[in-house]
Amino acid sequence: MSSIDKSVTDSYRSGPDETGHFGIYGGRFVAETLMPLILNVEKSYRAACQDPNFQNEFDYYAEHYIGRPSPLYHAARLSEHLGGPKIYFKRDELNHTGAHKINNTLGQILLARRMKKTRIIAETGAGQHGVATATVCALFDLPCVVYMGETDIERQAPNVFRMKLLGAEVVPVTSGTGTLKDAMNEALRDWVANVDTTFYIIGTVAGPHPYPEMVRNFQSVIGNETREQILAAENRLPDCLVACIGGGSNAMGLFHPFLDHSDIRIIGVEAAGLGIDTGKHAASITGGQPGVLHGNRTFLLQTDDGQIIDAHSISAGLDYPGIGPEHSWLHETGRVEYVSITDHEALEAFQLCCQTEGIIPALEPAHALAHVMKIAGEFDQDQILVMNMCGRGDKDVFSVAEALGQQI
Amino acid sequence: MSAERLSDTRITRCFARLAERKSKAFVAFLTGGDPNFETSQQLICGLPAAGVDLIEIGIPFSDPMADGPAIQASSQRALRNGMTLAKTLDLVRIFRQTDNDTPIVLMGYYNPIYRYGADRFVQECVTAGADGLIIVDLPPEEDAELCEPALTAGLHWIRLVTPSTDDSRIDAVLHNVSGFVYYISVLGVTGTRLAMADHVEQAVERLRQYTDLPIAVGFGIKTPEHARSVAEHADGIVIGSAIVDLVKLNLDDQGHPKEALVSEVHEFVRQIAAGVSNG
Repeated sequence: MSSIDKSVTDSYRSGPDETGHFGIYGGRFVAETLMPLILNVEKSYRAACQDPNFQNEFDYYAEHYIGRPSPLYHAARLSEHLGGPKIYFKRDELNHTGAHKINNTLGQILLARRMKKTRIIAETGAGQHGVATATVCALFDLPCVVYMGETDIERQAPNVFRMKLLGAEVVPVTSGTGTLKDAMNEALRDWVANVDTTFYIIGTVAGPHPYPEMVRNFQSVIGNETREQILAAENRLPDCLVACIGGGSNAMGLFHPFLDHSDIRIIGVEAAGLGIDTGKHAASITGGQPGVLHGNRTFLLQTDDGQIIDAHSISAGLDYPGIGPEHSWLHETGRVEYVSITDHEALEAFQLCCQTEGIIPALEPAHALAHVMKIAGEFDQDQILVMNMCGRGDKDVFSVAEALGQQI
Repeated sequence: MSAERLSDTRITRCFARLAERKSKAFVAFLTGGDPNFETSQQLICGLPAAGVDLIEIGIPFSDPMADGPAIQASSQRALRNGMTLAKTLDLVRIFRQTDNDTPIVLMGYYNPIYRYGADRFVQECVTAGADGLIIVDLPPEEDAELCEPALTAGLHWIRLVTPSTDDSRIDAVLHNVSGFVYYISVLGVTGTRLAMADHVEQAVERLRQYTDLPIAVGFGIKTPEHARSVAEHADGIVIGSAIVDLVKLNLDDQGHPKEALVSEVHEFVRQIAAGVSNG
């Protein structure tokens, strides 16, 4: 093993504190109507964590329904092509529904059932979280309402149809600018009006405490499996971890179990869209400022007056003007490096992955891969890099064709 | 220290005056800068003459998650026309040049204030002549952020109490609150559901066991009759969405204010005021 876990008091893994803060980030910035509910979610989640049945139930569905553990795959051709480290893909794109999102929706719906909630709501941008939520709602026979920006509904028609097939009601959101942030506002408005019956399944490591912690813990199955798998394959831990970041749930899930191994280099990749200096990007840390939105303090894209700016990325799943608060803290402490990759660079990586590995990645992990391509030369061939292949690209073939100027 | 300073303020004097007359407070909400700065200034400056006892000015925000469609749209209109937090403070300054009695409460979301700087903001509120703050997304758990600096600077902190605020939580919610308590009469966002008078009666009775502060009731009051029936059970009523909707109704296709906008809004406000004082 490459290093020893730090003690609890000197650990990057001990957050959040009891009030839900990671340093100055996180917290519970919500209207009073929601406070009793949020406190109840936290209480119920703590109780669930003490109950072995909850973990057993999660493990059962993770194995038999989602298909976990996902493989840790040595991408030998790509490694050879790049001439750098030994590159492994954590293949969460092979999960049922095609991305890591379902790890979290499974965990949250099991909690909602324990809390005897009878109705589920969710927000979605690209539709992946919406599909993952609609899927578990069908599985557990709970009515599901998904809020989705009107602009996104047009861009993501196949996912809208999937959600409907799965029995969800998809509500178009026209307020604000009709994108993911507005869908989240609308879901919060629904929740405020239906506090007794409804559970809100948030799709990323953001929102009021305890969501960032809870979603991270459900997604940590990614990092925990990776740890076991790499030890089995290589008998040591990796030298570097790379994952893409919109809200940052796949990255938190991969990173968290490794945070206290200080000699592992950990890199989060944001979407630089058309370029940070164009203002058309989704890189909250690289190009944003701390602020308060959707229940937590974190880095946000905003004007000097504190108005939220719409994000831009070719990848709808990274198109969010904020980032999970724990990432903001890991940035501030310097534990994790945050970098950004443009639409163009992601498209190059997308094609390279198809050609060298026969894997069509989602545009989100294509951002992570583009950064791997950039830094491969900094590593020796006996070093190990793990990248989270957090989603498959079937959903993206239309937008990639359009970006490449091809008709299909 | 702040308790004494906050015992004789525009807000406490306002409620004391009304109590002496056995009258109820009419709190009117307008979004600052809606539909534009000049019109908003005329609207706000005319409210006391139209019978408003206490003015709530909304600080526009791009993502008002506790507000319904009417106030969301008003925020968007104001922002499109260049409204900012600094200009909202300008509105207060201008109002105070001619009115030193009517209390003004600023209502909004935390992010614009956080960007502006909490300490700088509360200082400027005081010098501009604002009397209190209602910040929707700052629950008691986050009091250190703005509530405590505001109290130190001599501003009232007014919190929303809701039907979901149970007995175990009510002391925490009322802690640090002064001026008045704002009871939200419905679960949900602003302006979408109707407040039921009998629910209001019970809820206000329950609240009185916990506080001696005046209680104003808002969210979902739309007509003079409705205002009167709710006011019977409380110390005041708050109307926002219905007024803001009238602003929207008086815009032309390009979003410019029609000539009658200001007088139409003030006429509606006068009718509500008559309803409240007849209660």
